[in-house]
Amino acid sequence: MASTIRIRAVSSGDTTEVQALVQHPMDSGFVKDAQGNLIPPHYIQVVEFEHAGKAVFTAYWGPAVSKDPYIKFSFKGAQKGDDLTVSWVDNKGATDSLVGKIQ
Amino acid sequence: MDNNNSSRETSERSGPTRRVIVQGAIAGSLAGLGLAGVAPLSRARAAADASKWPKDAFAQKTEADAIKALYAGKMPEASDKVNLDAPEIAENGAVVPISVSTTLPDVTSIAILVSENPFPLAANYPIQPGTSPMVANRLKMAKTSKVIALVASGDKVFSASKEVKVTVGGCGG
Amino acid sequence: MRRAVSLALALFCLAAPPASAADTVNPKADFKAFRDYFTKRFPNVPLNDFVNGPYSMDAELRKQWVEIDAFPPYQFALDKGKQMFDTPFPNGKTYGDCFPNKGIGIRQNYPFFDAKSGEVITLDVALNQCRQANGEEPFDYTKDDMAALTAYMAYTSRGKLFDIKIPNDRRALAAYQKGEEYFYTRRGQLNFSCASCHVQSPGDHIRTEVLAPALGIVAALPIYRSEWGGMGTTSRRLITCNSQVRGVPLKPEDELYRDVEYYLSYMSNGLPISGPGARP
Repeated sequence: MASTIRIRAVSSGDTTEVQALVQHPMDSGFVKDAQGNLIPPHYIQVVEFEHAGKAVFTAYWGPAVSKDPYIKFSFKGAQKGDDLTVSWVDNKGATDSLVGKIQ
Repeated sequence: MDNNNSSRETSERSGPTRRVIVQGAIAGSLAGLGLAGVAPLSRARAAADASKWPKDAFAQKTEADAIKALYAGKMPEASDKVNLDAPEIAENGAVVPISVSTTLPDVTSIAILVSENPFPLAANYPIQPGTSPMVANRLKMAKTSKVIALVASGDKVFSASKEVKVTVGGCGG
Repeated sequence: MRRAVSLALALFCLAAPPASAADTVNPKADFKAFRDYFTKRFPNVPLNDFVNGPYSMDAELRKQWVEIDAFPPYQFALDKGKQMFDTPFPNGKTYGDCFPNKGIGIRQNYPFFDAKSGEVITLDVALNQCRQANGEEPFDYTKDDMAALTAYMAYTSRGKLFDIKIPNDRRALAAYQKGEEYFYTRRGQLNFSCASCHVQSPGDHIRTEVLAPALGIVAALPIYRSEWGGMGTTSRRLITCNSQVRGVPLKPEDELYRDVEYYLSYMSNGLPISGPGARP
């Protein structure tokens, strides 16, 4: 199965800019389906980015983050070719992770 | 397994330039070996930890209560060193690009609140040492609302806010 | 009917050449009048930017799009489309085997007039013909599988210029003319034509939306719409257009819809493919 995570990490100088997109419905719990029933909340709560075994960025998300969520941040201390690990967990306990290479 | 090629570039394309997508090393190698169901050590260790999610702050229904839950009662001060970039009018409340950056020192977290949402706290980002105090994301907005950026710097909390008009709400069918 | 159409355009565009003989279909003259109308009405919009729809009309909207398009929500559809495109059917053949140049970089040549069937063939129809020729069930023209495939094929064609041919064939000209008429005919409880919004009023707001110009409007298809929270094909877009004026939509890829796409694509000749697009 294809990963739910897409990541672009680009290093320039000592800073690495990271952008990630995750495929997830991010249901808020306030939207009704075609039959008029509320779709229960289903959203990613935590996204973790790790470089060299260390957390470099954490996102705590609520149901107000958009469907197929996007995040961008920058950190220092990584080189081109290094691995960057991304993982997420949602409110139903589902998870996914991916190791990307810094370009 | 092959998303690299799909980011093929055409020099004449009219949109912004596209960068090459980073390959999914673990997903690729595992699926190739038919081991997708077996979590290797690195995968398990990398798993995001839901127990650290600030449940209480996300459950608050007003801006004031969310801020109280986030900062243990510390009151934010407005600061022009907190830059909140959000549109005047959201093209669609379902996807509102919002970014926050700051020139303040010793930043330990950045949070974004949408006052009029049912749960105002939208996102909270702990900032590690070595990570730039900058974050961009896309949020849902139920209706026109004040958006607040909160930055914890040293032992204080600073804020900036902006009214974002929403004509198509991002929370309804 | 056609005279009314030409007149309507001429009214918007003082410099448009007078309508030619009433019963002559003249796509070349229509093309010039159409292009002149948009370029004169929006002198500050670079020609190639019309393909970006509402974002060519509104700076505030454009800024949000640039941010969203930096890592666009159609990325997943694109990846899926590429995977589908590259995966052989059980008989070992692929989608690429059904198309010129293995299906890469050819979006700009669709739709085309097929002399054998006497009908306009869109890319979506050609894809389903390919599936059926290889023993597969056709995809729903409005759903995600078709959107993913066409998204990928559009992506490999980005920057290529629309090159729609109208052969000197009575049936091709008739299809073009029917498409043009459908586009300019008022319908639905609101009594709007497609042109009411996309020729008369591009850049204006209808309720909350900034209306896209008809020039180049097909270049961005298929599109991810935030309003849909997902992808939409050309059929989905046309059906939405009909529903929004409270009219009765046609069947997906109905002959008339294909004719409309033929007309609009011909009007966009020379403009670059920008699909898949992201829209509010």
